[in-house]
Amino acid sequence: MTDDDLFCQTFDVLGGDFLNAGRASTGIKAILREIGVEPSVIRRVAIAAYEAEMNVVLYARKGAMKLRVTPKDVRIAVEDEGEGIPDIELAMQEGYSTASEEIREMGFGAGMGLPNIKKNADEFSISSVPGRGTTLGIRIGL
Amino acid sequence: MTESFHSIRIEPARCTGRMACLRVCPTEAIRVRGGKAWILEDRCIDCGECARACPHDAIVPCTSSFTDFAKFKYTVALPSPVLYGQFRSEILPHMILAGLRRIGFDDACDMAGATEAVSIAIEEHLATYRGPLPLLSPFCPTVVRVIQVRHPNLVDSLIPIESPMEIAAREIKRKKTKELGFREDEIGVIYLTPCPVKMVAIKDPPRKKVSHVDGAIAISEIYQPLLSAVASLDGSNLKEEPVRGIGLGWPVLGGQVASLRAESSLAVGGLADMERILEEIENGKLSDVQYVECQACPQGCCGGSLTVDNPYVARAKVLRLVARFGSTPCQDRDAIKALYQRDYFSLPGTIPPRPFAPLDTDISKAIRKRKRVQELYNILPQIDCGACGSPTCFSFAEDVVLERARLDECLVLNAKQSESSAVGSFPLGPDSDAVVADDADSEAKTR
Repeated sequence: MTDDDLFCQTFDVLGGDFLNAGRASTGIKAILREIGVEPSVIRRVAIAAYEAEMNVVLYARKGAMKLRVTPKDVRIAVEDEGEGIPDIELAMQEGYSTASEEIREMGFGAGMGLPNIKKNADEFSISSVPGRGTTLGIRIGL
Repeated sequence: MTESFHSIRIEPARCTGRMACLRVCPTEAIRVRGGKAWILEDRCIDCGECARACPHDAIVPCTSSFTDFAKFKYTVALPSPVLYGQFRSEILPHMILAGLRRIGFDDACDMAGATEAVSIAIEEHLATYRGPLPLLSPFCPTVVRVIQVRHPNLVDSLIPIESPMEIAAREIKRKKTKELGFREDEIGVIYLTPCPVKMVAIKDPPRKKVSHVDGAIAISEIYQPLLSAVASLDGSNLKEEPVRGIGLGWPVLGGQVASLRAESSLAVGGLADMERILEEIENGKLSDVQYVECQACPQGCCGGSLTVDNPYVARAKVLRLVARFGSTPCQDRDAIKALYQRDYFSLPGTIPPRPFAPLDTDISKAIRKRKRVQELYNILPQIDCGACGSPTCFSFAEDVVLERARLDECLVLNAKQSESSAVGSFPLGPDSDAVVADDADSEAKTR
């Protein structure tokens, strides 16, 4: 594989920007459609990307989602600047959430976001520095 | 990819290249080249927005005409309940049916009863279904095409239940063959349609079964003769009872949802809002909703492009009819449930996804082409003026990469070019390997 077979695009995501929330994952989905990725793979990417995007919107000040597509896989790297996650193991448990009442009222913060990303990814990594931000790595094979 | 039937076509002789259609097409399926519009068939979802927008009526519906039915020994008009909302309030559905019998149809049958039956069948389906939610209404053919083309992952969420039009037509044919001794193919059932796209359900249904409906005539086409026929009727002489039933409300957005006893359901109309709802569903949201009524037109079928009355006026009239005749059921619920158990309403087969053709069938090539699209897009003016004949700068970049357009067709770029240098041509043609300067890991800017 050469660099020619690599498509990259970065999407900026703003914390608290509910008006545009979901745009990055919609954009990612459109690109995968244009490239001709299998619909079933697109669906997994879409769910993972959307959950990751919403995490930035809900919990961070700002972040960036970097999409990379090769003939072998789709990778999304998410980096945000925000509060970070003090206990990742706990955050990865289904149903665990630090979401505020307001967030829950909007239908988010059910504690399924990170587990859902992991479930849809072939490879998943997460690291966080409390007070600084969180980094996610998602890989889904084609 | 197999060619599919489309319910609208462009009359090149009438097209003056005004590009109104180009700007409204929600799937960017229209291009104007050489002063004439044409449709990229695989992108078209038959919504009819282009036909509404065209100032010269150059985009025409492919509905049937009366002469198509000369071959039948017996013809039955099957009006969409939308028709009932196109007259002043004193003119009731049974009078409209009598009028249809006067203008040349051997008979005219109501489908509010079949509609109610279908709504009970949906309830039964929802009550026994155990798969992922929500389920989606399959009755608007444009909705089905949007899902096939843009949301192929959701095709299995379309409820596999026959439309009221099909159920009514099948019943009419069964009854009439018995009563009159004709063969089924000697009886023509003609749908009176509020929009062209119903022709898709008749000519090219997604599950590839043969329709019981033999054609569709536009409500706007029969309106004039029907109006005169109805005006000359003596309503008090009619033997028939008024049409009743919960199905009367289906022509307006929310009518399906209102007719259902579903725990949680919602109705969405208009392609833009529907797109957002379908996106949400694809992102795994709305799974607490059982049924989503999807309508391509914002007001539901009474906003169809082949109706005569203003959609909001028609809506008010339909709601008045519902208030008078739509609260009492006309079907025996247990009998319909028994029919449902016997698969009377079931649609066999599956709906195939029909995603847009990718930039290339080879994924490596597609990735390279997508990069070129982005590179070209980055040098385009990004004002979506449409003067090149593509709806947006981005679709123009795609067209250049797919060799459907040449870069020098961008007038803005040309103007800049001739400003900056009097000699030489622009270096980026469709076959050029030149790459626009980019950062180290060839990353593209956000679109």
